[in-house]
Amino acid sequence: MAYKIVGSQCTGCSACEPECPNVAIYEKNGVFLIKPEKCTECLGHFDEAQCVAACPVDNTCIIDTAYPRYQAA
Amino acid sequence: MESALETASQNASPSLSRLKPLTGIKIEVAGQPESSGCGTTGGEGKASCGTSDGPDDMSPEVWEKVKNHPCYSEEAHHHYARMHVAVAPACNIQCNYCNRKYDCSNESRPGVVSQKLTPDQAVKKVIAVASEIPQMTVLGIAGPGDALASPQKTFETFRQLQEQAPDIKLCLSTNGLMLPDFVDEICKYNIDHVTITINMIDAEVGEKIYPWIFYNHKRYYGREAAQILTERQMLGLEMLTARGVLTKINSVLIPGVNDKHLYEVNRAVKSRGAFLHNIMPLISEAEHGTVYGLTGQRGPSAQELKEVQDACMGGANLMRHCRQCRADAVGLLGEDRSDEFTLDQIEQMDVVYDLEKRRAYQENVEAERQAQQNAKHTALATVTDRAEDNMKVLVAVATTGGGKVNEHFGHATEFQIHEITTTSTTFVGHRRVDLYCQGGFGEDEQLPSIVNAINDCHAVLVAKIGACPREELLAAGIEPVDAYAHEFIEKAALTWFADYRARVAKGEIVHKERGDAAIRQGAFMAA
Repeated sequence: MAYKIVGSQCTGCSACEPECPNVAIYEKNGVFLIKPEKCTECLGHFDEAQCVAACPVDNTCIIDTAYPRYQAA
Repeated sequence: MESALETASQNASPSLSRLKPLTGIKIEVAGQPESSGCGTTGGEGKASCGTSDGPDDMSPEVWEKVKNHPCYSEEAHHHYARMHVAVAPACNIQCNYCNRKYDCSNESRPGVVSQKLTPDQAVKKVIAVASEIPQMTVLGIAGPGDALASPQKTFETFRQLQEQAPDIKLCLSTNGLMLPDFVDEICKYNIDHVTITINMIDAEVGEKIYPWIFYNHKRYYGREAAQILTERQMLGLEMLTARGVLTKINSVLIPGVNDKHLYEVNRAVKSRGAFLHNIMPLISEAEHGTVYGLTGQRGPSAQELKEVQDACMGGANLMRHCRQCRADAVGLLGEDRSDEFTLDQIEQMDVVYDLEKRRAYQENVEAERQAQQNAKHTALATVTDRAEDNMKVLVAVATTGGGKVNEHFGHATEFQIHEITTTSTTFVGHRRVDLYCQGGFGEDEQLPSIVNAINDCHAVLVAKIGACPREELLAAGIEPVDAYAHEFIEKAALTWFADYRARVAKGEIVHKERGDAAIRQGAFMAA
């Protein structure tokens, strides 16, 4: 139930961090990371995942297939 | 028919619905006559470059704001320095000339990332620089992303500086998307100067420049994105004009995309009260990794750029001396002293902000500047040859600052270009070149690229020049002139031109038109 940020591609621009409705994004060592337990894929908040929409680098903020997809309660 | 903005506002959150489409908006400009700041005198239209105006061409309040700003006053840029701090990393749009992995490649060192600063670090850096470089008068927040996409960081920096360094002018640069939302905040910090990057006013042109924008929690693409962007930019510009904030409009000239269109942009921004229009050449190479670089979209040649700038004269005042500096640039003219002010080095410095020392230094600078103006007027007044042939030439000048011909050819990282007639001398731009002298011995491979950069000039005025480059230049048809070393530029140029015309009249030389010149596309080779 989460998006993840590909660290090697992240430019550290911080555009995603303030957009997350669940405050799931934090900075570490110059790049940004998403706490998977907090990510709801923006369901119930917005039509599209905000971090993905804000991210300027293609294929950097992507679905993390290690986690099951989020289902709204 | 609904505008894209209206559709977006209905689909999105309530805060957007207060925006109205542009038609029907009329914002009164508070207390300023239409022509203030853009007042034109002398000849047909304005003689380019920001303003070389004295106070008689604009209201005293406006002159106060611009006279020491190196970007807003062409004359000031010879004497005053500016600084940028990279506190705003996020950006809310994507432009085809930008690769987010690096700084904007239209800046002086494409392929290099600025050191990001927190507001506290930025303030510390500004105080250190202002104390070391007393002729630094302006602090701008220009990136590395968009200043208004990370507003908290931007305004926190301004807030601290307003307290700690009250004599420094604050300046901000943005793509304009969020501008209408922050006009109040901008005025609160007495930010006198705002730059908006406007490349188009027509979404059909815009969709070739902007693949997407992120606005109001949604990503927009193509023509819709460009339409929203231009409406917000125009609205923001009008709001700033109404509040008396001076605006500079930066436009990137992209041949084949917006070259003819920029004339419309110039008129549109002038009618909305823009103070200056800065048309800059697109810098585009495949190694920058930008969409334009990778698809082979080229930048303009020097003549193409000059043609567009010349065509826009008579509209919004033109700035021709833009250095396209990085979001963390520090310094005067084309020099970048940011290496002296990295975070580690600042930690070592014992920094005290000395307001008096800065004022005293700047008074000296003003005296120098007046001397230069006097020399120019004297030189113009003594011109006796007023022939009717309209002969016009370009000369390149090597200078380290202070308005004098005081740089060695081999040490010049850029040349100032002046257009000379028998009755006038006008600064029309500059050309960056690689360093010719590396480690004391001339690098012959670089000479051809320097010749290319100033190929449209008849002469190059320098303080000194070596024998080998002198010969190469002569062979290329450019006359190297070191007879006026350390004199004021305009005086030297006019005197040389009078001498040149005398030689032509005597038949010693034949006057020929020069070809076109290239604008540097690659990264700086020097450190």
